[in-house]
Amino acid sequence: MEQKMNIRFKITDVLYLIGAVLPFVFCMVLKILTNTPSEGINITGAMIYFTIPMPLQNLLITEAQINSWAVIISIFFLCLYFTHGLSVKANLKRQIIAEWIVEKTQSLVSTNMGDFFKGYAPFIAAIMGISAFSSLMALLGLYAPTSDINIVGGWAILTFALITYYKLKGGLGNYLKGFTEPIFVMLPLNILGEVATPVSMAFRHYGNVLSGSVIAVLIASALQGLSNLVFGWLPGILGDIPFLQVGLPAVLSVYFDIFSGCMQAYIFAMLTMLNISGGFPQDEYEKRLLKKQSKKNKKINSKI
Amino acid sequence: MALAIGIILGCCALGAGICMGIGAIGPGIGEGSAVAKACEAIGRQPESKGSVTSTMIMGCAIAETTGIYSLVVAILLIFVAPNIFVNILKSAM
Repeated sequence: MEQKMNIRFKITDVLYLIGAVLPFVFCMVLKILTNTPSEGINITGAMIYFTIPMPLQNLLITEAQINSWAVIISIFFLCLYFTHGLSVKANLKRQIIAEWIVEKTQSLVSTNMGDFFKGYAPFIAAIMGISAFSSLMALLGLYAPTSDINIVGGWAILTFALITYYKLKGGLGNYLKGFTEPIFVMLPLNILGEVATPVSMAFRHYGNVLSGSVIAVLIASALQGLSNLVFGWLPGILGDIPFLQVGLPAVLSVYFDIFSGCMQAYIFAMLTMLNISGGFPQDEYEKRLLKKQSKKNKKINSKI
Repeated sequence: MALAIGIILGCCALGAGICMGIGAIGPGIGEGSAVAKACEAIGRQPESKGSVTSTMIMGCAIAETTGIYSLVVAILLIFVAPNIFVNILKSAM
């Protein structure tokens, strides 16, 4: 009986791992099938696979969307793999890794956002994970979803909605009053500042990842020209092989893809935490809570 | 027509160069002073190296934002804007 369970456990493990890897393979196959090889410097946006007609505007299904869904599915299966076979005594290595991740994000959230926002640890971990995985996708030669402004803009709008929701917890009057804070003349500037938060977050993340990919393309084409110049005298097909393109771009991708991608994920999550907890009016919220409770108590008392 | 297209392409390239050149000054000075202060702090208190470094990288990335804006504008000017401007010109002709 035990051995049967063991075999079943291992089969599920393998299935989860396949589920985590398969989306990336699917994206690569799709890219190989649809992309046409091009010479020289060629920088374009995400490729549009097909369009869905919609009443207001046609919905474009692009490479960026498909890749970001692949990242989501892959992270889902990785989470399943890491939490498979949990026990009180951690006897699997992956449980220790999973516990480490959970503890780290919880301590990060509780030091940066305070105890009121303790439940935000999964949200912050999700943002960090999806952002880091999306940026690291460029290592596989795929189109990184974060170098499309629409994807990152969507996350920034989500953050903006959360910020506004927590600002409104202090009451609508206080929220509107906050726009005329030092003097009434500052109203347009304050509204601009409110809108600038998500825009700057989106542009920071997208610009950093995009600059990495643009510089990679420029350097690759420059190396091709240089190797044509240096090895062009070699006979036959040997002269056409760009020898200098081997290895050198990989050194740059250590900075632009790995370091910059993880950095931007951390910064996006950090700014999300700081903006949400910074806009939340703690004192007003507690006052309102007390008022509501006293009203409730009065009602109960009058009924009695 | 050829002259007009030439002027458009040249101005786009010139604009991208000026945008990137001026836009890189601010973040450069800002990040340089931030790193200098962080080095001072680490020299004074070597045991706080970890937290100072992480805070510095965070601040650097935020100070970089305006530079990134100018980079995005420069990329748009080089790769996207010429097509749009030339199309506008052709439709107006």
